[in-house]
Amino acid sequence: MDERKERFNRVQLRDSKQQEMLVGSTTPFLKDAWRRFTKNKGALVGLIAIGLIFLFALIGPYINEHAYNVLDKIHINLPPRVPFLEKLGIFNGSEGKYNPYIEKGFTNDYFWFGTDVLGRDLWDRVWMGTRISFYIAMVAVGIDMVIGIGYGMVSGFFGGKVDMVMQRIVEILSGIPNLVVVTLFVLVLKPGMISIILALMITGWISMSRVVRSQVLKMKEHEFILAAKTLGASSFVILFKELLPNIIGQIIVMTMFSIPNAIFYESFLAFIGLGLQPPLASLGVLIADGYRAMITHPHLVIFPTVVLSVLMLSFNLIADGLRDAFDPKMKGF
Amino acid sequence: MTKFIAKRILLSLATLFVILFILFLLLQFMPGSPFNDEKLTAAQQAVLMAKYGLDKPFFIRFWIYLQNVVLRGDFGISYAIKKDMLVSGIVIARLGTSIRIGLQALLLGVSLGVLFGVISGSKRNTWMDSMATVAAVIGVSIPSYVLALVLSFVLGYKFRIFSITYQVDQPLWSSILPTIALSFFVMAQTTRFLRTELIEVLSSDYVKLVDAKGVARPKVILRHGLRNAMISVITILGPLTVNLMTGSLVVERVYGIPGIGSLLVEGIQVNDYNVIIMIAFVYSALYIFVNLIVDILYGVIDPRIRVAKGG
Repeated sequence: MDERKERFNRVQLRDSKQQEMLVGSTTPFLKDAWRRFTKNKGALVGLIAIGLIFLFALIGPYINEHAYNVLDKIHINLPPRVPFLEKLGIFNGSEGKYNPYIEKGFTNDYFWFGTDVLGRDLWDRVWMGTRISFYIAMVAVGIDMVIGIGYGMVSGFFGGKVDMVMQRIVEILSGIPNLVVVTLFVLVLKPGMISIILALMITGWISMSRVVRSQVLKMKEHEFILAAKTLGASSFVILFKELLPNIIGQIIVMTMFSIPNAIFYESFLAFIGLGLQPPLASLGVLIADGYRAMITHPHLVIFPTVVLSVLMLSFNLIADGLRDAFDPKMKGF
Repeated sequence: MTKFIAKRILLSLATLFVILFILFLLLQFMPGSPFNDEKLTAAQQAVLMAKYGLDKPFFIRFWIYLQNVVLRGDFGISYAIKKDMLVSGIVIARLGTSIRIGLQALLLGVSLGVLFGVISGSKRNTWMDSMATVAAVIGVSIPSYVLALVLSFVLGYKFRIFSITYQVDQPLWSSILPTIALSFFVMAQTTRFLRTELIEVLSSDYVKLVDAKGVARPKVILRHGLRNAMISVITILGPLTVNLMTGSLVVERVYGIPGIGSLLVEGIQVNDYNVIIMIAFVYSALYIFVNLIVDILYGVIDPRIRVAKGG
């Protein structure tokens, strides 16, 4: 017996510290994803752009002396004018050869983005609008994420009859184009913040639930789920403690794709006349109001359009970056 | 295969039925009644209600409505846009223009998308690939109405190459700008999708074998790569159709095109519910039809899908 004991060393107990060193330092999943994400130039640019837009949406309305909702009969339809930049010949308040600031004697007034037909400062309105667009998108996506994850996890995890019934429902619902659902829903409920959020929510969860379901179907065959089941874990624990952390990457990517989609639908509704009612104004409302006067006062449509486009582009860039970061196999796609 | 197609058709019909029911249900909740004319007395309103059968129970009304829709294609009369005219007549008269512009955009978008997709998928990580990728990201991000505005402002107003609005007497020439505006998303999405698919197909074993046999590269890409990658591209036709429909609403409005998109917007603004409901139904039917075709085509072209779908 003793001879044998000498010949065999109990590897695991010998020196626990040395054991860990052999394994080497592992990079946590999220840290690894972050490293890949920051290597993606497009995604970084998107992140910075969104950071800037978010910052301006927060503080923009407070850093000039005007207010977004004050009507001003004198200062109407003024083109943008910015101190310093005006010396370079841009943003000097002229529209073609005509400069209303000089003609009307507003030599001391500066409206960075100009003013609209009611004399409201466009700078403030654009950033307030951005704030509202952000808000609507975040709330709508937040809620449909919860519904989508719940639906997808239940459908995928329990399978069988439950899955079949739930998937038939999804199949029929997804047969209805979003356009129709969103438009009619807002029409029936009267345009407003809540009805727009609800409309975006009821169309948004379907794609989320599909992604979650397919991920759950893939994941639930793994051994660690079997292990959890063997140890007597309840379905609830398996779903939220075992499955959810493993599919969180896909969920984040999906969410990032949903946000620009929600922003788009909100602006789309505004454009067809189902937008927010005054005094609230989102970017979409500003564009819809501004495009009518596009030829005489292009600044009314240019600024909200640029902010909206940059916002959408940035979210898409981030989403692309995240998809590559969470799924290295998809790298370069 | 027959079983698969029959199943798909049945599901499509069921979806259409559900949609019609939901639309009819929503119609009941629309604010205001079609007869809320202040000059009408309560008795006159009751007579009108009886005439149009609005006093009957919900399901009987739905049954009558269903019969009208299915047998006669009759969605009721217009209340505001063209008073007392059949909605179906108004919509069908405008359907052609919308579908034509939609198809033009689809054709242009898919052709350019395939071109860019092949370039960027086969010349991966070159400057051409980067350009195509950047263009594609911009294309899927920028809403089509923004593009429509930019195009009509720059090419229509500043340089006066095209007319700013759609001209009925020049249906092709004046539809160029709206077609480009609508096709951008289609192009971008096709590029992105095809690139992904092509990269996957080109790195598969059988393409490596073809390569190893010394087949010329263009032939490898087009005959063996593109052909297989294109099969999957068919699947995005459904989402593309939705996008074209959504885009048509705003693009038709920007250019003043007399299509069903602008009709829907008009209907929304004057609360012409029957028009809204019919166009919503037409959009849904188109979408379902495209999805049905895609599913069947996919099953016909690729036998693997048929097996996977179980029949």
